Amino acid sequence: MRKIFFILIFIFTGTQTFAEISTKDKILKNLRCLVCQGQTISDSNSDFATVIKSVVDDKIQEGLTENEIYKFLSEKYGDWILFDPPLKNNSYILWFLPYLLFVFGGVILYLMIKKTLIERK
Amino acid sequence: MKKTQLIITFTFLIFIFVTLYFSLDNRKIYNTENIVGKEIEEVELTLFHSNKKFNTKEVSNYNFTLFNFWASWCAPCRKEHKNLIKLSKNKNLKIIGVNFKDNKIQAKEFLQEMGDPFFILTTDPQGKQSVNFGVYGIPETILVNRDLKILKKYIGPLDFKDVNEIKKIINQ
Repeated sequence: MRKIFFILIFIFTGTQTFAEISTKDKILKNLRCLVCQGQTISDSNSDFATVIKSVVDDKIQEGLTENEIYKFLSEKYGDWILFDPPLKNNSYILWFLPYLLFVFGGVILYLMIKKTLIERK
Repeated sequence: MKKTQLIITFTFLIFIFVTLYFSLDNRKIYNTENIVGKEIEEVELTLFHSNKKFNTKEVSNYNFTLFNFWASWCAPCRKEHKNLIKLSKNKNLKIIGVNFKDNKIQAKEFLQEMGDPFFILTTDPQGKQSVNFGVYGIPETILVNRDLKILKKYIGPLDFKDVNEIKKIINQ
């Protein structure tokens, strides 16, 4: 009985630690090192990255969620710190432009094919 | 028909160009626009000479406060120090130093050699508290008013132009 109890505790704490590590890893990979050239905080060993890693660690320990940590950091450094920035009013067109281009390309292609078919007839 | 197609294509190309021109963010990496105009975060900083705490909300007691992030190992900090000494003589302004990831003995030697412009000197040995102020590196300086609003943030050493700008703001 005691053995089972210890195994359960081991599994529980182990899973929790693993979850924390993977959340931290995910967050650090989505943060840009602002003083490096195109590196994530996770990849960088710069002074800035070291501090941010440590702050993210603290925030996870404090119980903040992934989004709350992103919000905290983007309030300090702007959305530029995020590799996956949130959808905002001023970036709607940029986000949907590829879809618009796709539709426009389809229309052009359709018109061209239609024209060729008419000419052949 | 050809003319209409040409107009549509041309309009669409202009639309793409304008969209990309305005939407793609070409701002500098070091940007202060996210923090200027906001209220300063409530942070408890440890005093340099004791273990007592300084709460950033206490700056509401002073007309203007300048937070300066510095370290003895930082060469640009040495360069700007004379400007901080000049500013410290202004009665309208209190300078609060945040000694960033530094060795205490070397920091003391730095101040003995260059002079001490700080009304209150605090320390951030791990650099974590400075994240609350959106600090990228050092030196950085933040000007705050009595209402705790961040008026200006300077990234890099304060130069003659910055000193004049600060003087102008605090003497208004």
